Amino acid sequence: MSMKATIRQVDSVTVVDISGRITLGEGCTQLRELIRDQLGKGNKNLLLNLADVTYIDSSGIGELVSAYTGVSKQGGALKLLNLTKKVHDLLQITKLYTVFDVHDDEASAIASFSKPASA
Amino acid sequence: MNPETSVVEVTLESDLKNVEVAEEITRRVAGTAGFDEDEQQRIEMAVHESMINAIWHGNKNDSSKSVWLQFKILRDRLEIRIRDQGKGFDPHNVPDPLDNENLLNVSGRGIFLIRSFMDEFKVENLNGTGTEVTMVKRLSPEIQTKQGGTDREHESHNTTS
Repeated sequence: MSMKATIRQVDSVTVVDISGRITLGEGCTQLRELIRDQLGKGNKNLLLNLADVTYIDSSGIGELVSAYTGVSKQGGALKLLNLTKKVHDLLQITKLYTVFDVHDDEASAIASFSKPASA
Repeated sequence: MNPETSVVEVTLESDLKNVEVAEEITRRVAGTAGFDEDEQQRIEMAVHESMINAIWHGNKNDSSKSVWLQFKILRDRLEIRIRDQGKGFDPHNVPDPLDNENLLNVSGRGIFLIRSFMDEFKVENLNGTGTEVTMVKRLSPEIQTKQGGTDREHESHNTTS
């Protein structure tokens, strides 16, 4: 199963519900185009809901990093929601768990976008 | 060959679509070897990353080339060999993705993940004909004891997909 994404707007935040595989090839390309598309539309507050992501590999992790830095450079924020155990473990061992702002509750994740980032 | 060794060999066309085929075989073999679901997923991920390296970096995504896999279930471990037809690489030249300066790099985590998930990892250059990666995952003594009384029938499959 390749990656699928549905996009919805909640207040000023663009929530992207992602399912399937974020792996080298189709999944990574789709995610890259999706982020580019949202930034092109001026949507700079992005919340990626990864609850239904069944598989992510090193390329998929790299794509998340690329999305994070790309959005940050545009003055926006990219946050992660509902990590599966697999994705959580991968972010832990790659030391990226501390880089990403990770949430497990959508309402508080949305609210966090309106708070100033901690120094 | 040790009578308690089970061997599965597969040759796959060098196509990213076959990464999922290799994952499926890995899950089954790792389950047969006695690894629990979490360990099966880690082994599967190591094979996934090795397959990506073989197809993408080794064989340069050339579908006329192939990737050979061998799974060997031994009493105390699972040995996996993955061979491509590329020019090889030096795993020691891969920057440490955990260094602060590399943390936000987009690539360079595949070998690190393989090393994290497997007990042994080595890369051998096959004199210009390809590269062979060997990965080993050891079975815990509890699983070895549980499976110790069972003689495994030798089986060898050699298929091309």
